[in-house]
Amino acid sequence: MPSQMSSPALYWFLQGTRGIASLPALILMASCAGFAALALESGLTRGHAVLMTAGIWALPAQIILTGAMHTGLNIVAAFLAVTFSSIRFMPMLAALVPEMRTERTPLWKLLLISHFVAITSWVFALRYVRDVPREYRLTWFTGFAVPLTAINTVIVAFGYGLLSAFPPILSAVLAFMTPVYFLLSMWGSARDVMTRVSFITGLVLGPAVTPFAPQLDIFYAGIGGGTAVYLADRWRRKRKEARS
Amino acid sequence: MSGDLWSYVFVLVAGVLATDVWRWLGVLAGNRLREDSEAMVWVRAVATALVAAVIARLVLNPTGTLAELPAWMRAGAALAGFAVYILSGQRIFFGIGVSVGLIAAALHWL
Repeated sequence: MPSQMSSPALYWFLQGTRGIASLPALILMASCAGFAALALESGLTRGHAVLMTAGIWALPAQIILTGAMHTGLNIVAAFLAVTFSSIRFMPMLAALVPEMRTERTPLWKLLLISHFVAITSWVFALRYVRDVPREYRLTWFTGFAVPLTAINTVIVAFGYGLLSAFPPILSAVLAFMTPVYFLLSMWGSARDVMTRVSFITGLVLGPAVTPFAPQLDIFYAGIGGGTAVYLADRWRRKRKEARS
Repeated sequence: MSGDLWSYVFVLVAGVLATDVWRWLGVLAGNRLREDSEAMVWVRAVATALVAAVIARLVLNPTGTLAELPAWMRAGAALAGFAVYILSGQRIFFGIGVSVGLIAAALHWL
């Protein structure tokens, strides 16, 4: 830490911001440029694309809503489609908050910052949060996640017009980077065997359930698959305990 | 779709609200959980499986130009990237390079 930096809060905020100069953040920026191209291709305005990026801040939900608006789905059906892809945020936040807060962290701060949690920032947080002193964790995360959202909103705002000249192959490649990056980084951030088994279960079970429940497949695979893996893991741990 | 006021309300309700509500509920739930509790283990398993199912859908049911490729090619490109990622000692750059390279090649030649 440079000696002239008097405030540790500022230090940790900037440590978070430094995380933006990383491959994951660059990949997200490329993915957001891909989203700008998709929005244009689907007949959305620049305003829609910007509002979705800053306001939803979750690429899968943005892609689903873009498709819904393109096909002229009504607002209730669109709401439900987005809801089922965004349910994941409840357990994602529930898993992150106990590591982020102190006993004195006000609830409103957590609610406010929760908007900036998406897969990229969640993986980033899970991976590095334990290297940050607890009282500065929320500050550190804010330093990473809020500028990241702002930068990507700017990228979508400016990329919207520019990308109309892009060949479709380039926007397709950019769009493919998102799930591949999520796939690899989720695996890399898993801390234990159970998390890895849950991950593989979700990957396999999701598509397996799709023919039976096209709207709810993610929901069933996540809740059902995750719970089954948890129960199996719990049984394994109990047996281990009983043996020793 | 036109850029009229209704379409912005549509985005706010069906997009922003439908997503942020779950973040807020997650904060409220997480605020009551102890870091080392059994419930946290379950929550982590469910969150991971949900994200995994979303990833599988993005690969298998994409929108735009990607949808023109058969599903097995997209899945194959993703898995090849994953294999390279593991074999290279978890270097994300190599894994993504292989996946994206395969998809670009497939789109170029098909």
